[in-house]
Amino acid sequence: MRNATPEAVRIYRRRQRRNRFHLAMSVFGMGFGLFWLTWILWSLLSNGFGALNLSLLTQPTPAPGAMGGLANAILGSVMMVGLGTLVGTPIGILAGTYLAEFGRRGWLAPTTRFVNDILLSAPSIVLGLFIYTVYVSRAHHFSGVAGALALALIVIPVVVRTTDDMLRLVPDGLREAAIALGAPRWKMVSLVAYRSARSGIATGVLLAVARISGETAPLLFTALNNQFTNWNINAPMANLPVVIFQFAMSPYDDWHKLAWGGAILITLSVLGINVLARIFFQQKHH
Amino acid sequence: MKLVDPQQTLPASGARTRIRAARWEDTLFEWVTRGFAFLVLAVLAAILISLVWTGMPSIRAFGWSFLWSDDWDPVRDQYGALIPIYGTLVSSLVALAIALPISFGIAIFLTEMAPVWLKRPMGTAIELLAAIPSIIYGMWGLFSFAPAFSHTVQPFLIQTLGAIPLVGKLFQGPPLGIGLLTAGVILAIMVIPFISSVMRDVFELVPVVLKESAYGLGATTWEVVWKVVLPYTRAGVVGGVMLGLGRALGETMAVTFVIGNTQHLSPSLLAPGNSIASSLANEFAEAVGDLYTSALIELGLLLFVITTIVLAIAKLMLLRMGRSEGKRS
Amino acid sequence: MSHSTVANLSPIGADVRIAIRNLNFYYGRFHALKNVSMNIKSNKVTAFIGPSGCGKSTLLRTFNRLHELYPQNRITGQILLDGVNVLDKKEDPTLLRARVGMVFQKPTPFPMSIYENIAFGVRLYEKLSHAEMDDRVEWALTKAALWSEVKDKLKQSGYGLSGGQQQRLCIARCIAIRPEVILLDEPCSALDPISTAHIEELVHDLKSDYTVVMVTHNMQQAARVSDFTAYMYLGELIEFDETDRIFTKPNQKATEDYITGKFG
Repeated sequence: MRNATPEAVRIYRRRQRRNRFHLAMSVFGMGFGLFWLTWILWSLLSNGFGALNLSLLTQPTPAPGAMGGLANAILGSVMMVGLGTLVGTPIGILAGTYLAEFGRRGWLAPTTRFVNDILLSAPSIVLGLFIYTVYVSRAHHFSGVAGALALALIVIPVVVRTTDDMLRLVPDGLREAAIALGAPRWKMVSLVAYRSARSGIATGVLLAVARISGETAPLLFTALNNQFTNWNINAPMANLPVVIFQFAMSPYDDWHKLAWGGAILITLSVLGINVLARIFFQQKHH
Repeated sequence: MKLVDPQQTLPASGARTRIRAARWEDTLFEWVTRGFAFLVLAVLAAILISLVWTGMPSIRAFGWSFLWSDDWDPVRDQYGALIPIYGTLVSSLVALAIALPISFGIAIFLTEMAPVWLKRPMGTAIELLAAIPSIIYGMWGLFSFAPAFSHTVQPFLIQTLGAIPLVGKLFQGPPLGIGLLTAGVILAIMVIPFISSVMRDVFELVPVVLKESAYGLGATTWEVVWKVVLPYTRAGVVGGVMLGLGRALGETMAVTFVIGNTQHLSPSLLAPGNSIASSLANEFAEAVGDLYTSALIELGLLLFVITTIVLAIAKLMLLRMGRSEGKRS
Repeated sequence: MSHSTVANLSPIGADVRIAIRNLNFYYGRFHALKNVSMNIKSNKVTAFIGPSGCGKSTLLRTFNRLHELYPQNRITGQILLDGVNVLDKKEDPTLLRARVGMVFQKPTPFPMSIYENIAFGVRLYEKLSHAEMDDRVEWALTKAALWSEVKDKLKQSGYGLSGGQQQRLCIARCIAIRPEVILLDEPCSALDPISTAHIEELVHDLKSDYTVVMVTHNMQQAARVSDFTAYMYLGELIEFDETDRIFTKPNQKATEDYITGKFG
């Protein structure tokens, strides 16, 4: 275009306007996202901060109108999240190891990867339903074990995915060096590959813990709830998310207050674990 | 201390046993890990089989009419899933309609506009939206968002869009705060981080030199994104949107708090309704009678099948994106 | 014009299309172009040679202000295109790029049909009827010596072409806008010898209508196709003269060493 004709100038102006408009919309989109994040965190803090006190951690859940805290729910959550992680992590790591170390040929690895990614985003309430049909309905009672199993089903795909990804980042040269020393394959994997993928896998486990700490739906008909402090994992078990749900949906103001207190506890710990995982991962990788 | 002569080789017989043991251990290791990989596949199959099995009484009793009957009546033991299916689809579509342009904007901002020092904190903030547990979205939605929504946006929608013929049907009725539209907005906020992060990832796969040559022709940032980046990443973008849809369809707690939980079919988006997941959350633990339980399990099966199909399409699109990327470069 | 120093630089005559004055360029802290000044003549092919990292591509990319895509880049000095400083903030980079087109190392067809690849750029500046656009596409493809090979598959994706064809498509896309200057950044580095020969022939034909500036790492190529050659080293313009002279009687020892392969 050698000379800017009036028509060219007109087209040019329109293009610049259109560009500015769309870029402004992009900034708006970004602001839209940040707006919700701020609002949610703000209403959490303003409603929940007043509910935070020591009895939240020491007293069990009360009847409406009585004094109490969330001690039994916290205990139940910690026990189920712990057990769920303990069950899900080794399964996830071993399956992920197969995908990365042995699954370079054949149909099993690609198929498993595909299915695993589907399970990763599958509705968690269906996982609870599944545990109900295969475990709760046979045992004829709700229990902490059932809740932990449902949570383990969420942990597995997360850990499979990170183990697979992290092991595939380990350079093949490292594997070959270990094999060339005469190490058997399992030693190569457990002593060399795991070691260099360690922080990545640990990050994955942390993220899985963060995710299941806030999960409510899979516990609704597996662990159910319990008004009392309960160390027996084979009985219905209180847990923070379900208590929050029940208390928030109730008509009682003091229950609402406890629900906000629980909400702030859960959010802070979930976001805390997330941040921890990020820092942990960055330190090892930079 | 006895020194080992480095020249001396291992005793032949010892080495042979060691090698044989190692080979056996390796085989065992491979089979154990393979077993667990298989377990992941088996979980998917087991979920399907167990849900079909326990949902069978309901499947037998109602057949296909389960899908389009709006009669959900535990008292008469009659079950039709139309209302929760409708609520699930509509709230998810509302969510996509909002989340798609917003996520696109966020992805453009983070890949093409933000200065380097701003990219990380902004990206992390959006990712934090995904880390907030869904029950928190639900509580916030019920206690903070819904009241504000019913005082501001909803009356506005009723007055403006509600007056238009045809489309207006979607925006009529009292501004209750809760309902399908509210659920859709909250779902939108929840899926924005998923869709925008996939878009951002695939936008970053576009070769720099391709963008440079579009800029080199004199294209503006918007023209580069709309005419070069988007066509190049189409499969990946569709994959990201499907992933968001899969998430929205299966989301339980946030929806349960704000959708209203009524078995009532209304043309208005402002009216309360129900979704598959929130029907399960509300009714399952208290369901009495085999047919009632079985009908709820059939609902769960339906949800699982729909989300699995949507997520499988998402995954296929993303795989295609990855492959074509490999071919072009 | 036998010396490269500013003092001896001939005044900007009517035959000069681009005049560069005291150009300095920084990637963050790295000083990538050091006080470069030169005159590039109209309707001639000018080649930039030098070892990799010498700044030849950097220099080329300042001519259409492509460096501005990256905020850490900084530039001082002047680039006068027909007497107007294009680095002036008042000048719009978009309109500049319509006058100064560019073709890159790797072929970069856009993810659309062959026809749309050409029409894309044209539509940015002109509103043509269907028939006019058809003519323009044919004209550009003919000019780029590609028409006969693609005229039956204009609706197909540009990715279906061979590497050499893709590169000629990119040249056609560039000239369809009818620029004054065409910048070629090592346009043959990803191509086989036969495609390279095609492109070189094309460059030779283009100079009757355009001012061509090309970066090349291939000295034989510079000798074959260019009228003027600039030798650059570590961000400095060491020598700039007629190609024949540079390759037969260079003024500087450093240029001679590079040309004869003693280093580089």
